[in-house]
Amino acid sequence: MPMRHIISVLLENESGALSRVSGLFSARGYNIESLTVAPTEDASMSRMTIVTRGSEDVIEQIVKQLNKLIEVVKVVDLNEGSHLERELMLVKVKAQGESREELKRMSDIFRGRIIDVADSTYTIELTGNGAKLDAFLEALDTSVILETVRTGACGIGRGERILKV
Amino acid sequence: MELTGAEITVRCLQEEGVEFAFGYPGGAVLYIYDEIFKQNKVKHVLVRHEQAAVHAADGYARATGRVGVALVTSGPGATNAVTGIATAYMDSIPLVIISGQVPTAAIGLDAFQEVDMVGITRPCVKHNFLVKDVRDLASTIKKAFHIASTGRPGPVVVDIPKDITTHKTKFDYPKTVSLRSYNPVTKGHPMQIKKAVKMLLSAKRPFVYSGGGVILSEASAQLAKLVKLLGVPCTSTLMGLGGYPETDRLHLGMLGMHGTYEANMAMQHCDVLLAVGARFDDRVIGNTEHFSQEKRQIIHIDIDPSSIAKRVKVDVPIVGDVGQVLDELIKQLQASKDKGDQTALKTWWTQIELWRSKNCLNYDRSSKIIKPQFVIEKLYEVTKGDAYVTSDVGQHQMWAAQYYKFDKPRRWINSGGLGTMGFGLPAAMGVKMAFPKANVACVTGEASIQMCIQELSTCKQYHLPIKVITLNNRYMGMVRQWQQFFHGNRYSESYMDALPDFVKLAEAYGHVGMRIEKPSDVEDALKEAFKLKDQLVFMDFLTDQTENVFPMVPGGKGLSEMILAEEL
Repeated sequence: MPMRHIISVLLENESGALSRVSGLFSARGYNIESLTVAPTEDASMSRMTIVTRGSEDVIEQIVKQLNKLIEVVKVVDLNEGSHLERELMLVKVKAQGESREELKRMSDIFRGRIIDVADSTYTIELTGNGAKLDAFLEALDTSVILETVRTGACGIGRGERILKV
Repeated sequence: MELTGAEITVRCLQEEGVEFAFGYPGGAVLYIYDEIFKQNKVKHVLVRHEQAAVHAADGYARATGRVGVALVTSGPGATNAVTGIATAYMDSIPLVIISGQVPTAAIGLDAFQEVDMVGITRPCVKHNFLVKDVRDLASTIKKAFHIASTGRPGPVVVDIPKDITTHKTKFDYPKTVSLRSYNPVTKGHPMQIKKAVKMLLSAKRPFVYSGGGVILSEASAQLAKLVKLLGVPCTSTLMGLGGYPETDRLHLGMLGMHGTYEANMAMQHCDVLLAVGARFDDRVIGNTEHFSQEKRQIIHIDIDPSSIAKRVKVDVPIVGDVGQVLDELIKQLQASKDKGDQTALKTWWTQIELWRSKNCLNYDRSSKIIKPQFVIEKLYEVTKGDAYVTSDVGQHQMWAAQYYKFDKPRRWINSGGLGTMGFGLPAAMGVKMAFPKANVACVTGEASIQMCIQELSTCKQYHLPIKVITLNNRYMGMVRQWQQFFHGNRYSESYMDALPDFVKLAEAYGHVGMRIEKPSDVEDALKEAFKLKDQLVFMDFLTDQTENVFPMVPGGKGLSEMILAEEL
């Protein structure tokens, strides 16, 4: 079974850099479960988190091929050590009558926050690892879910492990 | 003083010492061409199709080791160049391709002759740039040359919008480049080299497998030194031919799909394999599972970490420049008291000689019809093995690789990775521009040559007396061979009907044409052609239509599962 890996990439914050990475994955047939990218505290650099699946050999190739891209500065497979992973999800749910209270409770249990309230809807914000977000969606009655949007995972090494130039 | 982007572009090429720019003008590059007109340091070579511009720059780069330069306009100029760029990319050839682009303000508006060149070439370049500000132009071109020629070389595209070529800025060509994200490792890891030395000395059946990396790294002298020091057999890939003198007894010829019996058997049955600048590709080792059935330890030297452990598992990976790593290996081997197991090596050689005695490249020498192999053998004799030989793609390419014995690097110039028909003639133009006095032969077929035959006109304009050796069997030979073996003799669309009269065609372009129909005429015709020092001679050899390339490892089969000529 191909293992799930979470790979962090530091790359030059230049237009086209993202397409080089996504192009690499599609050209070589690597799987992307999620990909997030945003500038870092150093505006000249972006940090990307890619969640992928593959055998050890494939992951090794992915890391090598990423490193080969001229604009990529550093690549780390976070699975090589302990790490943290978080994802943000916004869920818009149908919230009318009695279910309003129920949804508020459910949101609290999962440490979510209701960030928008309308006459018939709530928008709930939830962070956690992917499994927790999945669990929240499963806990909801599917008929109340109007819309979901997820950022994809971002990850960071625990403790002294630092990814920096 | 401020210069325009067009002036800067040409000045950059001058600063890089570029001798030739192969190209074709058009709307988006008119200002650049205006500057080319005003100077004479960079000589422009006008091709007849942009694909040929890139192949010619590529041929120049392969023959000289320098960066080849091509210049094309936007849109169709750029897309025509793509086949050439992909060809260079697959074989790791250093090129800088300057393409025009529509003005910055028009980008994205589907302007006339607009194409997203950076997007289109992304998967087939080492890197590419779109210049958005004239102040970045000089440093971008500097980076392009640096990236193209260092590490594992490759083509780099610089896309320049037309307005940038008119904007002005101060020109200051950077002396050095530093990129925080690009620092190729050249020196091999000392511990790994130590391990490699130990492994080589412990071998019973050692084998050296060398590839295009030896040529790119200018490491032929080191390779020869190492192989001779150890007294071990060696082989070259299609891309590595000439990296080790082929006439030397230690060399077993080319390996791979159409490699020699002895090279393929040695590759399969060795116990320690030293891979030098080669990448175990599918045309070399065939089926990886079959290859891995035999237990052997592998040392792999390559400058590109992603080439290591890509198709086969490796025991001692050494990332670094082939030449530098070989130097270090030689130093340590010379210092070692252990000289390896000489008895085992002798037994190994006995086995190899047995394989070699199969004489797998033998063919019917008494044939009344011209055998293509015979033409190449005679070409080798007439040119004393010292010509630059370019080729197209197909059977003729394999015969040239098998029967022309290359003793020097950079003499064998072919499209190995991409397998681009149409490569041979324009590549030969690049070689001939670089070495006007050398014998340059383009070995081709009647199908391949027609893919860039318009370049006969370029050859006339620039007086490039190339010898075009056409092995004309009226078939796309390699396609026909596969159809014969694997598709029940159904020769679907592989017969070349309605061929032109090549002699008349050559004459129409202002060259000399020859048709050779009898084996007894082959040698004299070649001699005569090479005597015509200042004429391009198009030689149309009518060869045996049914001849096949042997040995052959059928696709998906293992290296030792070769079909030999005698078996049919």
